[in-house]
Amino acid sequence: MKTILPILTVVAAIVAIWYAAAIPMNAQWAKDQAARADTTLTTGELVLDTWSQERPRLPAPHQVLSELWDSTGDMALNGRAFSKRSLILHAWYTLSATLLGFAIGTGLGILLAVGIVHSKAMDMGVMPWAIASQTIPILAIAPMIIVVLNSMGISGIIPKAIISAYLSFFPVVVGMVKGLRSPAMMDLDLMRTYSASRSQTFWKLRLPASMPYLFASLKVGIAAALVGTIVGELPTGAIRGLGARMLSGSYYGQTIQIWSALFAAAILAALLVGIIGIIQRRSLKRMGMAA
Amino acid sequence: MGTWDVTTPVIEAKDLDLTFQTNDGPVHALKGVDLGIEKGDFVSFIGPSGCGKTTFLRVIAGLEHATGGTVTVNGMTPDEARRNRAYGYVFQAAGLYPWRTIAGNIRLPLEIMGIPKSEHADRVRRVLELVDLAGFEKKFPWQLSGGMQQRASIARALAFDADILLMDEPFGALDEIVRDHLNEQLLELWASTQKTIAFVTHSIPEAVYLSTKIVVMSPRPGRITDVIESPLPKERPLDIRDTPEFLEVAHRVREGLREGHSYD
Repeated sequence: MKTILPILTVVAAIVAIWYAAAIPMNAQWAKDQAARADTTLTTGELVLDTWSQERPRLPAPHQVLSELWDSTGDMALNGRAFSKRSLILHAWYTLSATLLGFAIGTGLGILLAVGIVHSKAMDMGVMPWAIASQTIPILAIAPMIIVVLNSMGISGIIPKAIISAYLSFFPVVVGMVKGLRSPAMMDLDLMRTYSASRSQTFWKLRLPASMPYLFASLKVGIAAALVGTIVGELPTGAIRGLGARMLSGSYYGQTIQIWSALFAAAILAALLVGIIGIIQRRSLKRMGMAA
Repeated sequence: MGTWDVTTPVIEAKDLDLTFQTNDGPVHALKGVDLGIEKGDFVSFIGPSGCGKTTFLRVIAGLEHATGGTVTVNGMTPDEARRNRAYGYVFQAAGLYPWRTIAGNIRLPLEIMGIPKSEHADRVRRVLELVDLAGFEKKFPWQLSGGMQQRASIARALAFDADILLMDEPFGALDEIVRDHLNEQLLELWASTQKTIAFVTHSIPEAVYLSTKIVVMSPRPGRITDVIESPLPKERPLDIRDTPEFLEVAHRVREGLREGHSYD
């Protein structure tokens, strides 16, 4: 109970600021409409109008939530969960590419980290490129990946997953390198007194020791994977996915649609990070290392 | 009579040198170290920090390599001896892997050395009884006190039947009361298992209480200044530390340490 009150306070403050901000943002349009209709608005009417426009600059929270409900739960209740206008369908497109990209990125990240930790040459040869790869704006490189792969006849989920993997492998590399190097000198000396091979040292010491680092990286990685997928959906002609909903919303000035897609993405990200958190707690507990 | 000395030492160092090359020039960690350790000996190495006592133990274990002279363990080089599972090593900290239970930690060397799985449970039970930790198999290290963790790490070093136990200040981080208790237990363990033990410490009472042979070392360069054969009997209750014999040995150790320091 002690923690709920502060949390609710913050949420209430954000909602209040949001509603307040919607008034000046949308007031001009309301005034113009009133002027055109030769009427004048009282302050109360003006405020109510700014919170209920069809295409506001900044939609009010209840407008976003009701659009979110209309395009998810309501459609599901009417048996149209997978219709083209359903956010559930678009979230599924985004989710599937995110999960595929996350799996590729995590696998690649772990492999690179293993190489970097075991080979000086890879440490010096690969790490700078991994860092350099993240300094290139993903918005610049995403369309190129889409176009190049499309010309090779690859389209659909794969190009999006590759962009997603491109963003998500990096935190995994950094975290796993740190984690695989985390055993103390003494722990490694102990392995030497047993004449342990490199692979035994890896499986019995380095890998288990890296688990807390891996999970921290996975949380960052899955969020990055989602962002990567959404960015990857933008240049594909805006057909499928949450990114496509955002883009088509901006084509047609449907701000409410953009915001509800943003919310859907945020909820998805929160769910994914939460799921990894649960797996983390379960597995570290089983390993006697409850975090 | 000219007969052969049939008891060849288990560990033998001859004119051993070890020089570390550092950015500040060479550091003589060990210089001209000669020492023989017989089977069943309990040998303590004592000296101020930097005297090379830990380094010497690590050379015996093959964790460091001498730059001059020779060292043999069971007549082999340290590396060969290690591959033959000649010794178990106990570090300053227990160094139990936190993701393994106590039994899991003791199984670690067994798994690595390829000892048949069918023997694991028996060996774990046996060594845990030796260190008085029976029943703690399923606990994780953090559930044990510092002294119990160190005992578990001794059990781990005993699990694969090495004849030699190399111990590097194993009780250095523990408080006086726990340390007394563990010293007593270690003597019992030594008596019941007949191991040869090389034990690094910086505590004079600990060295005198435990050892059959005390090696006093001094720094810069690390070398042996005195080797004291203890006149104390094998049976040693804790209150032996108040006897004149004990105090005499302790006095000689202290003198040896002081002499080593008169160089600088």
